[in-house]
Amino acid sequence: MAVQLLKERYASEVGTVVLGATKEQGGTRSVSLTVGGEAALPFQHYEGSIPNRPIIAIEVTDVEPNWPEPLKEALGDVIKDPVAWAKKCVDEWGADAIYVKLDGADPDGANRTPEECAKTVKDILAAVGVPLIVVGCGDVEKDHEVMVKVAEETAGEKLLMGVAEQENYKSLVAACLGNGHSVIARSPLDINICKQLNILISEMNMPTDRIVIDPMIAGLGYGIEYGYSIMERGRMGALQGDKMLAMPMICTVGFEAWRAKEAWASEADFPGWGAQKDRGPAWEAMTAAALLQAGANILCMRHPQAVKAVKKNIEQLMETK
Amino acid sequence: MIIIGERINGMFKDIGQAVAERNPKPLQEWAIKQKEGGAHYLDINTGPSCDDRVAGMKWMVEVVQEVSDLPLVLDSTNYDAIEAGLELCKKPAMINSCPAERPKIERVFPMAVKHNAKLIGLTMNEKGIPKNAENRVALAMELVAAADEFGLPMEDLFIDPLILPVNVAQDHVPEVLEAIRQVKFLADPAPKTVLGLSNVSQKSPDRSLLNRTYLAMAAACGLDAAIADANDDALMEIAASTEVLLNQSIYCDSYVKVFRTR
Repeated sequence: MAVQLLKERYASEVGTVVLGATKEQGGTRSVSLTVGGEAALPFQHYEGSIPNRPIIAIEVTDVEPNWPEPLKEALGDVIKDPVAWAKKCVDEWGADAIYVKLDGADPDGANRTPEECAKTVKDILAAVGVPLIVVGCGDVEKDHEVMVKVAEETAGEKLLMGVAEQENYKSLVAACLGNGHSVIARSPLDINICKQLNILISEMNMPTDRIVIDPMIAGLGYGIEYGYSIMERGRMGALQGDKMLAMPMICTVGFEAWRAKEAWASEADFPGWGAQKDRGPAWEAMTAAALLQAGANILCMRHPQAVKAVKKNIEQLMETK
Repeated sequence: MIIIGERINGMFKDIGQAVAERNPKPLQEWAIKQKEGGAHYLDINTGPSCDDRVAGMKWMVEVVQEVSDLPLVLDSTNYDAIEAGLELCKKPAMINSCPAERPKIERVFPMAVKHNAKLIGLTMNEKGIPKNAENRVALAMELVAAADEFGLPMEDLFIDPLILPVNVAQDHVPEVLEAIRQVKFLADPAPKTVLGLSNVSQKSPDRSLLNRTYLAMAAACGLDAAIADANDDALMEIAASTEVLLNQSIYCDSYVKVFRTR
C-alpha cells in the first residue's frame, strides 16, 4: 500500500517585497527581484508554493574594510574601489544584488559626508544593473543624515535601506517612504520586538510589501540556534496568518560568520583545524545553509567561494522533482 | 479568537424594522461600527418577523457588502435564504447553522462545500439540546462524520455546543465548557468551536460581566470563535488577551490593536 504523506495546511503565506526598479518601473536597474511569497515552510514544495528562490547579496564597503586577511586576499585589489568591487561581484561571482555598507560615514573613521556617500551609491548604481541594499555605518546621528541624502539622491530606484530599529526608525522610514524605497526592520533576536517594530513602521503608512525583517542572527558556533528558532517562529506565525510577521527576512551572514575565530584563525595557531583558505568560506557557507532552512530570503555574504557553494545549495533546494 | 459581530439581526428592534422597510442605514451603520470594534465576521439574520426571508437575506447581504468587506455569517433556519445569500457573498462566508439531523445535514453540508463556506453545526437534534457534555459531544461526532462524508474540510466545521442562559439552565454552563474541550479530540485536524456568547447572560442584569467572564473561560477550553458584542471594548480586549496568553498569536505591545485590525 502506498504511504500517504500527511500535509500541513497553512492559512496564509509570507509576503513579497520587490528589490530594485527597472526603467519601466521608474528606476535604472536592468532587473528587479521579488523575494518572499512562500506558502509553506522553507523548501517544503509539496505543502505549498515556494515561488521565489532566496537571493544572495554580496557585501561591498565604501572604504577598504577591516576584514580578516584571508578574506581580503580572496577578494583581491577591488576592495579598495567599491565600484570595481561591485562590478566584480556581479560579473564574476554571480551576485543577485549588492549589499552596500557605508562604513566610510563613521565619524570615528573616514567621516565621509552624506554627499560623498550618496555619490558612492550612485556610482555603484551606474556600474551594475542589479538591485542595491544600502545600510549606514551604525552611528545613529550620522546615519540619519547620510541615509536621508542617499534616499533622496536615488529616488525611484527601490533600494532596500537599513536599518530601522525600535528606538530609531522614524527618519529612515520617512526617507524611504518619500522616495520609493523599502526598509530593513531590525530587532535584536526578539520576536516580540520584531512584530512591534513592524507595526510601528506600518503605522507610518509604510506598506508591508516594502518592509524586510532583519531578525539579527549569530554565526555558526556562536548562537546561530537562537536566530534559527526566532526565524522559525516568525515563519510559523506568518503561515498562520500573522501579517505583522509575514515580511521576507534578510540575514547578515558574512558579517556574523567572519567574526568567528574558526573562520579566520591561522593554520599556524590551529594546525588541527585544516586549511584556512577552505575553512573560512566553509564557515560562511554553512552559516548561510542553516539560515536558509530557517526561512532566510536575502543572504548578505562576503567570500566568493562561499557564495558559489550556497548558490548551488539554493538551486538544489528549489528543485521540485 | 474569531469574533462574529452579532448586531445585524432582525431580533433587534432597529434591524427588524429596517429590514421590513428596506432601509439600509441601520444595517450599514452597524456593519461599520462592528468592524471598528474589531469584528472579524458579521452575522446576518433577517429575524422572525421577515415575511420573505429569501428576499430579505439577499437584500441584507447586498446592503452590508456595500459598506463592509468583512466576511459574512448567514444566519437563518431557512436554507433557501442562506443559499440565496451565499450566491451574493463576495468572500467565502459561514453558514449559521445546521443541527445534527439527517435531512438538514443532507441539505446544508453539500451547500457549504459547493460555496466554499464554513459551517456552524449545532449539538442538537429533533429531541432538543442535551443536558450534559457527553451527549453534546455525541451529536458533535455526527456532525464531524458528516463533514467527512460530504467533503467539508474539518477546519471549516464550527461546532456550537449551545450555551443556555445561566439564570435558566445553570447546570448547562459548565457542561458546555467540557463539551468544547472534548470536541477537540473528535478528529485530527480538530473541528473548530463557536458559541452564541451573549446567550449565557440573557435577562441577567449585568450581562457584559457574564459574557466577558465566560469568554475567557471558554477560550481556555479551546473556543475558536464567538458570536458576540464586538462593541463591548472590554470583551474585545479580553478576547485579544486570551490569544497571547494561550500562545496562539505572538505577543507584541500593540496586541489588542492588532487583534482588532486584522
